[in-house]
Amino acid sequence: MLKGVVVVTLARPSKTANAGSLLPSAAPLQLIDPDGRPGENPGGLTFPAPDVLLGLHRHMVLGRRFDTQATALTKQGRLAVYPSSRGQDACQVGAALALRDQDWLFPTYRDTVAIVTRGVDAAQALGLLRGDWHCGYDPYEHRVAPQCTPLATNTLHAVGLAYAARLRKQDQVALVLLGDGATSEGDTHEALNFAAVWKAPVVFLVQNNGYAISVPLAKQTAAPTLAAKGIGYGVPSLLIDGNDAAAVYAAARAGVERAASGGGPTLIEAITYRIEAHTNADDATRYRTGDEVQAWLARDPIARLEAYLRAAHLFDDGAAGRLAAAADRLAEEVRQRLNQDVPVDPGELFEHVYARPTAALERQRAALLAELRESAP
Amino acid sequence: MTRVVSSPETSGTVAQAPAAVTMAAALNQALADSLAADERVVVFGEDVGTLGGVFRVTDGLARRFGEYRVFDTPLAESGIVGTAIGMAMNGLVPVVEMQFDAFAYPAFEQVTSHLAKLHNRTRGRLMLPVVIRVPFGGGIGGVEHHCDSSEAYYTHTAGLRVVTPGTPADAYRLLRQAISCPDPVVFLEPKRRYWSKETVVLTPEGPPIDRAIVRRPGRDVTLIAYGGMVATALEAAAAAAEENWDVEVIDLRSLSPFDDQTLTESVCRTGRALIVHEAAGFAGYGAEVAARLTEQCFHYLEAPILRVTGFDIPYPPPHLEQFHLPNVDRILDAIARLQWEEDGA
Repeated sequence: MLKGVVVVTLARPSKTANAGSLLPSAAPLQLIDPDGRPGENPGGLTFPAPDVLLGLHRHMVLGRRFDTQATALTKQGRLAVYPSSRGQDACQVGAALALRDQDWLFPTYRDTVAIVTRGVDAAQALGLLRGDWHCGYDPYEHRVAPQCTPLATNTLHAVGLAYAARLRKQDQVALVLLGDGATSEGDTHEALNFAAVWKAPVVFLVQNNGYAISVPLAKQTAAPTLAAKGIGYGVPSLLIDGNDAAAVYAAARAGVERAASGGGPTLIEAITYRIEAHTNADDATRYRTGDEVQAWLARDPIARLEAYLRAAHLFDDGAAGRLAAAADRLAEEVRQRLNQDVPVDPGELFEHVYARPTAALERQRAALLAELRESAP
Repeated sequence: MTRVVSSPETSGTVAQAPAAVTMAAALNQALADSLAADERVVVFGEDVGTLGGVFRVTDGLARRFGEYRVFDTPLAESGIVGTAIGMAMNGLVPVVEMQFDAFAYPAFEQVTSHLAKLHNRTRGRLMLPVVIRVPFGGGIGGVEHHCDSSEAYYTHTAGLRVVTPGTPADAYRLLRQAISCPDPVVFLEPKRRYWSKETVVLTPEGPPIDRAIVRRPGRDVTLIAYGGMVATALEAAAAAAEENWDVEVIDLRSLSPFDDQTLTESVCRTGRALIVHEAAGFAGYGAEVAARLTEQCFHYLEAPILRVTGFDIPYPPPHLEQFHLPNVDRILDAIARLQWEEDGA
């Protein structure tokens, strides 16, 4: 080397994949079109086997019934609030079923159907929204993190958990659910960046339903697509039809397999739509038209897959009747369980603040219990 | 950096000859001994790997324990704390560094809404044994955003433990205890004392993580301090002795939870109390201490509990910080205002 010549090697990250390979397709990938025929843009997605398709359909029908029941329970005051995922059924079920048993799901408040599909008890899954405690289930039982309500914060938890699995040489992948609004939060950017730098085994599934409560995508981002953001972090991305359960499953599965084989994170943007308002407390007519909703009802994820299954002679009226009956039984069980009052224990308020309650918390607990005894009739 | 007392293989419990140790070296030894003792411990943050941290507290750890135990992260504090939460969910014990007090604020949501609450939110099912090390406070001539006293933000959040050492020996002990603690701990390191030395044997044994220590016994007044102000308080107590005030100095160590027992016992005995901290007085940590001790010791008090604190201003530039920080003279002036009998009060 010539004296005085400095070779600059720091300005570019090394070992970056061919940038073009990180970009999503221009149009959403689709395996089954809205009429139930093979999609025109399958990309490199693997078409799921018939038993997987039947499972996706079954869980979507059960999930839809659960969702309708939960919405009804808010009207009876049995749930404090319920953010419906109707319309996003394919994302909910496709994501949950793409995971292996040892993997982790990081859901948000809108993802109760994904949580139930993962195997969490339906009444426990509604614990947060019912209001007995902030999380009604044991996260370790089915490897489902508590529902994220601030949005985007769970992306970092997923990356940390996944990277810990790598450090501990455990074969585990984390899949985190987020929405279009959450992609504007700083934590999402930090999470994509950390995941890429660490090659953490994570799948980011953005359910782009077009609105962050009332704010439309055009006011959320100027990016060509949300999936296109992956290239900025060195994360390979997929843009898919989020109402096509086969495509969601195939994309999420590809992400899980890449992560598990040491290939690092994947960003998936699934284009979908929330049919109901943000929650039962929201009035969606203030920010979107009935025509828009009608157009999306015509792209219903369940009807689409069912049309495909019937055409392929994998599903018939008899199976439909049995499935509808199972869905009604689930709804009946949810109704019964949520109609029972669960006794709350004021003393428990102090129980889980620290591993062991401090002396000061014990004094406060004693004071509260004494106050309750005095005010008891 | 000074080489420190115990050999790399010990967990810090083997008796050694006393040696002069700086607080930075004691913290480094605590991290090394924790990494050696527990394979679940990982240390990460900005510049903590190759560089060894801007204060060199993690010096040599990456070389010794490898890049999977001690590593640099992207420059993103929310990312550091958020991923630490996920790691703790999956069985690790993360010890993360926020480079400076005010640089920790981007992580505030992860600390207060998630790290502090997940144990509670999940009815005790999730345990998050995360330690967040934060160099805090002023007195080093740092430019803006490098000298904040952020303790009250953390102590106001239920679910966090907040501790701060005043001496090198306690820095080692408290950090070992924090890393062993099942609760999340915000570990505030008084950066003006990083280079203060003490001749000691470093050991994790001693007062538990949530106990205050009487640093100097006295009969007339209880002077309460923590972190960087402990040494200042001891200096003030020595000066006060010359004016015939017998000052008891208590080093809080644990800001949350608060050791009511030790403090109440002392203040009920002396009848006078003074709290000193660098942070602004308004709604500051000292307000809680004064309120608690007034509630618990009112009938024993000879005078209102006073506070000597920083002014209610943004932290000043280096050439002005001397006017802001509590010092021996201000502490002595405050002691003089504690309604002594010869005042005729």
